[in-house]
Amino acid sequence: MAKFGKRKRSSQQKINTSSLPDIVFMLLFFFMVSTTMKEVTMMVKIQSPEASEVTKLEQKSLVSYIYVGLPLNTKKYGSEPRIQLNDSYATVDDIENYIIQERDNMKESDRPKMTVSIKADYDVQMGTITDIKQALRKAQALKISYSARKAVK
Amino acid sequence: MSKKKESPEINASSLADIAFLLLIFFLVATTMSTDTGLARMLPPILPNTNDDVPPIKERNVFQVNINYKNQLLVRGEWCEIGQLKERAKEFIANPKDAADLPEKTETEIPLIGNYMVSKGVISLQNDRGSQYNAYLQVQNELQAAYNELRDELAKTKFHHPYADCSDEEQDAIKKIYPQRISEAEPKDYKKK
Repeated sequence: MAKFGKRKRSSQQKINTSSLPDIVFMLLFFFMVSTTMKEVTMMVKIQSPEASEVTKLEQKSLVSYIYVGLPLNTKKYGSEPRIQLNDSYATVDDIENYIIQERDNMKESDRPKMTVSIKADYDVQMGTITDIKQALRKAQALKISYSARKAVK
Repeated sequence: MSKKKESPEINASSLADIAFLLLIFFLVATTMSTDTGLARMLPPILPNTNDDVPPIKERNVFQVNINYKNQLLVRGEWCEIGQLKERAKEFIANPKDAADLPEKTETEIPLIGNYMVSKGVISLQNDRGSQYNAYLQVQNELQAAYNELRDELAKTKFHHPYADCSDEEQDAIKKIYPQRISEAEPKDYKKK
């Protein structure tokens, strides 16, 4: 490796690795572009339900998330389903403010396209979801998506 | 300057290491899975206009109820989730113009021409105690019914599946089969 200048005529030639950084950089850029950092630490346990007709949510910057599920620490927070907004537990009353805040953070032209994704555990009772939906209606966030995994046939 | 030997090369072997380090960091930090889900529009909250709402004829409504045991009631009959898609399809398309299935009005559709568009509305009502999964499965079946009808129509009219249609063709098909799933105000059956 040390001597580049002298090229010995030997039967074992060294493989030219000068293109390796290029390849690695290409991969690196691919991952840099496609990466979205994990936004929040999950504080609720969510096992998404499966569905066959799901569509992809495009443009992550337009999507706000509402997480619903059992708390991870059931001893401390009880065994009732809780709502998580950003990094903290919240109640249904907080949703309206959360949506207004999220909407303010968006570009003006993007605001009508705002989508709220409800990520709920499959075993949550509909009462909680209904309350969330009513709160979203009050906050004028009408585009929603029920998060689900693509079912494997 | 006289060149004695080849110009000295910069040692680039550490470049690969640096790039690898960054690459591994991004590999670990990446979450590739994009979020998927069933997209829906919520109805806007209307100020009290209860008396102005025109009544919808019973034949135009496909009423689906889910109770707290996750059982389904479709148009007053008990129904399994497996049959829901077929029933919804039959309701939306109304191929035989049955009297108890939705009315149709002739509408001019771009690219297709006049077509009998049905007035059917799917109304979904759930109990507060029903399971989220059951609700989502019902939504999924209804979505599947619409998707299949649109796909069938695309194949007969444009000779390729709905997903391959151009935007204008998709719009035309959406006009024939508009997705009308209304979610009624929630009811709490247990408390009554």
